[in-house]
Amino acid sequence: MSYITKPRVHHPALPTNSLGLTRRDYEGSMSTLCAGCGHDSITAAIIEAAWELELEPHMVAKLSGIGCSSKTPTYFLGKAHGFNSVHGRMPAIATGASAANRGLTYLGVSGDGDSLSIGIGQLCHAIRRNVNMLYVLENNGVYGLTKGQFSASADLGSTAKKGEVNRSEPIDPVLLALTLGCGFVARSFSGDKAQLIPLIKAGLAHDGFALIDVISPCVAFNDHQGSTKSYKYTRDHLEEAVAADFILPMAEITTSYEAGQGRTVEMHDGTRVRFRKVPEGYDPTDRDHAYAYLRDRAHVAEVPTGLLYIDTEDRAMHSVLGTVQTPLVDVGWDELCPGEDALAGIMERWR
Amino acid sequence: MSADRQTETVKEGADADATVNDIAFKIATVNGTGSASANGLLMKAIFRMGIPVSGKNLFPSNIQGLPTWYEIRVNGRGHTARTPDFDLMVAMNPATYAQDVVEVRSGGWLLHDSSWPLPRELHRDDVTVLGVPLAEMCNARFEGARTRILLKNIAYAGVLAALLEMDLKVIDQLLEETYGKKKKLLDANFEAVRMGHDWAREHLECPLPTSLEPMGETDGCILVDGNTAAALGCVYAGATVAGWYPITPSTSLIDAFKGFCDELRTDADGRNNVAIIQAEDELAAAGMVIGANWVGARGFTATSGPGISLMSEFIGLAYYAEIPGVFFNIQRTGPSTGMPTRTQQGDLMMCAYASHGDTKHICLYPSDPAESFDFAVRAFDLAERYQTPVFVVQDLDIGMNDWVVPEFAWDDAYRPDRGKVLTAQELEELDAYHRYLDKDGDGVAARTVPGVHPKGAFFTRGSGHDRYGRYTEDAAAYQDVMERLLDKVDGAVSVLPSPEIVGEENGATYGMITIGGCRGAVLEARERLRERGVAVDVLRVRGFPFPDDVEAFIRRHTRTFVVEQNRDAQLLGMLLLETDVHREHLASIRQYGGMPLSAGEVVNGVADWLKEWHGSDAPDVRGASTARTHRREA
Repeated sequence: MSYITKPRVHHPALPTNSLGLTRRDYEGSMSTLCAGCGHDSITAAIIEAAWELELEPHMVAKLSGIGCSSKTPTYFLGKAHGFNSVHGRMPAIATGASAANRGLTYLGVSGDGDSLSIGIGQLCHAIRRNVNMLYVLENNGVYGLTKGQFSASADLGSTAKKGEVNRSEPIDPVLLALTLGCGFVARSFSGDKAQLIPLIKAGLAHDGFALIDVISPCVAFNDHQGSTKSYKYTRDHLEEAVAADFILPMAEITTSYEAGQGRTVEMHDGTRVRFRKVPEGYDPTDRDHAYAYLRDRAHVAEVPTGLLYIDTEDRAMHSVLGTVQTPLVDVGWDELCPGEDALAGIMERWR
Repeated sequence: MSADRQTETVKEGADADATVNDIAFKIATVNGTGSASANGLLMKAIFRMGIPVSGKNLFPSNIQGLPTWYEIRVNGRGHTARTPDFDLMVAMNPATYAQDVVEVRSGGWLLHDSSWPLPRELHRDDVTVLGVPLAEMCNARFEGARTRILLKNIAYAGVLAALLEMDLKVIDQLLEETYGKKKKLLDANFEAVRMGHDWAREHLECPLPTSLEPMGETDGCILVDGNTAAALGCVYAGATVAGWYPITPSTSLIDAFKGFCDELRTDADGRNNVAIIQAEDELAAAGMVIGANWVGARGFTATSGPGISLMSEFIGLAYYAEIPGVFFNIQRTGPSTGMPTRTQQGDLMMCAYASHGDTKHICLYPSDPAESFDFAVRAFDLAERYQTPVFVVQDLDIGMNDWVVPEFAWDDAYRPDRGKVLTAQELEELDAYHRYLDKDGDGVAARTVPGVHPKGAFFTRGSGHDRYGRYTEDAAAYQDVMERLLDKVDGAVSVLPSPEIVGEENGATYGMITIGGCRGAVLEARERLRERGVAVDVLRVRGFPFPDDVEAFIRRHTRTFVVEQNRDAQLLGMLLLETDVHREHLASIRQYGGMPLSAGEVVNGVADWLKEWHGSDAPDVRGASTARTHRREA
């Protein structure tokens, strides 16, 4: 970990967003993860995305389970409400919170152990239920805090630091999410901030469950030869197939992408996501095609990254539950308690 | 008449055994044949006649085909705990004839379907067998196999109406309320009741010496089950989120909550002021409750023992991170899957100390559906006031059976006790907010709700934290929080429902402590013991942690019986853990086989102890229980 304390004083010339907040206002406390950890890059991307999106920090609920990745909510959005819950169970907390207060922005951070082993049931059902949240899965194929055991995303034949070979089939969260009907499925690499930031912004804006699987090398236990989640392996095999840029409705963010290469998809709230470097025939709104494409690339050991699938007419949990627009926490007492007269009427049935 | 049964009044001119409004009968049928409607009809009719009554539905963990029983006890003096001495057995299930016939008291009656010859196993010299050709009559009058089976049940209700001299007008009225506009069905039901009734009047000696007469004892009362009552309590408490997973016997609580919300919690556009989420398992259900409460809603779940086992990890998180939450545990028999449709009080300890590490939880123990309603509301107030999980620990017997209880009361001036939740204004005025800083010295630190004010943000965690909410692995800082948590939960004693005490004016030698649904049997046993010269004071705990009254009660008595429904004397164990009384002052009486407790079982338990303490000098308090005698012979 780093030992340099963050300065308390800001440079007066730091740029501010429309809320008058600088990027520093979206930071958290100092990371205690290993120096060079991919997770810290994701943290930096989240900070940048939240600043650019001009989120009010206290209107954000950041939640996590247990593990290295789950520690990271401490390191961003220090002024947001955080919840470091129990191993693999963050989705249930997010579901209950979102059910009760739909007015907050929910950002969940998890890892491959948290999401694909102990918590795979909760992840699946949060997707199925379509909880309105961004779920960032920081995927390194290894259990870091307990020192290097394989996780469920470790590739077949990849080796642990001490040479042990993984003999179990990996679980691919992206394919899993596609199968479960997830309306926003993306994959990125912690080392590719330029791609990750717009994906995070789009995921936060998506009305429904948005999954971003971020390959995030573990420098301590899974960055060696033989690992398929190392920096080197990922860079060698990464194929930026479907990158996205996120555009707010009020002002188009300057993009470096050449016209003609992209495709723009409008989202529920008027924001737009633009894809680039879309391979011939790739349709990010076609779930079956996305699935087939990913399977096909996996055969040649390529990791397509970017926004892989999006359903622009997604129906989030509250729409399914038929709840009122007002967050339930703000519904008035008169609406909640039927009162004495109603009670008399109800009791008549029991005579 | 069994010797230990109270006789209400003796009819003039009737024989000496004649009793009014004191009968226990049992109906043996097959699950899924519609007997529940007939049994419910009988219960409600007796209730409308103004006579105290209870019904115990003994059903299998099955949808269709297995034996099921319904026990109805009518008692003008209000003793409606289960009794195993049945005056009358309605034996409609050939598969259980052999076991049913032995449960009739000597001198009682047995009703069977005489469409077939009387089977040999139903013979008993000391029981009057009443044969009614129910199937024959139904086959002659009604079409269709299903209709015939269903109406056969209504027909035995008609027979019972004649035998017990029930008011047919009351029954007609109930059928009208049930079937209303379904004219054809209503007429068929009318006909089936008349058919059974008239046949009995013509061929049997009606009424039986044990019959019913209208009273006014149920005025101002309702007939309701505890799960429905608790569900209504959740609505009135303002609960807006329910996360749950189906499990017997708690599912009906959520079903009832859904029903009430469909009716009472939809706005003009048909949108819901509630979110009811069927979770993937109990773990997730508990997580949803915690998430909802974390953002400031009143969220709850209903489950049973196996669910609490699964929720335990989250319960510890809620306890340590100080997040409110209401957990209804409708107790069934354990361990493991146990007997899902049978009652027990086997989760007392688990709920009080659920989860790993040092934890201690506020628990409420209703004794009937009136308390289920009341305690449900109180549970939400307690959970928010003390920022901690609160359990409503309810017996299956209360949750799933209909009880006659006083009407629920509601004061429109009630507002939820949200405890210390800082408003935007209060936060604005603060220099800095620290989540676990106990400023008032009562163990309760003010909490904030996400989205209210930037200054209210903090990091909720289940890992070691200090009073400022910061992560810590420091021994002193950790213990500081743990000690406060203990003080906080113990402090709740002052507002928990106080124990119910029923005692002698000058105090009896013996005390008796009990809990939950044992109340009725214990109070009835107290009367019987008193009549036989043994005075007993009764205390029923209604909440945990226990107040000082409990220890004082034990100290006031030479010996205190602890009556409960589990194998390991869990209540007694908790009394030893939580008070300074010595083991020798407590004497355990336990019944835990899955049936509701009876007064006879309590009396027998006392008799055993008196014999142990006093040998042949012990007073004879045991009453002859005919049913028991027969059971031994069988």
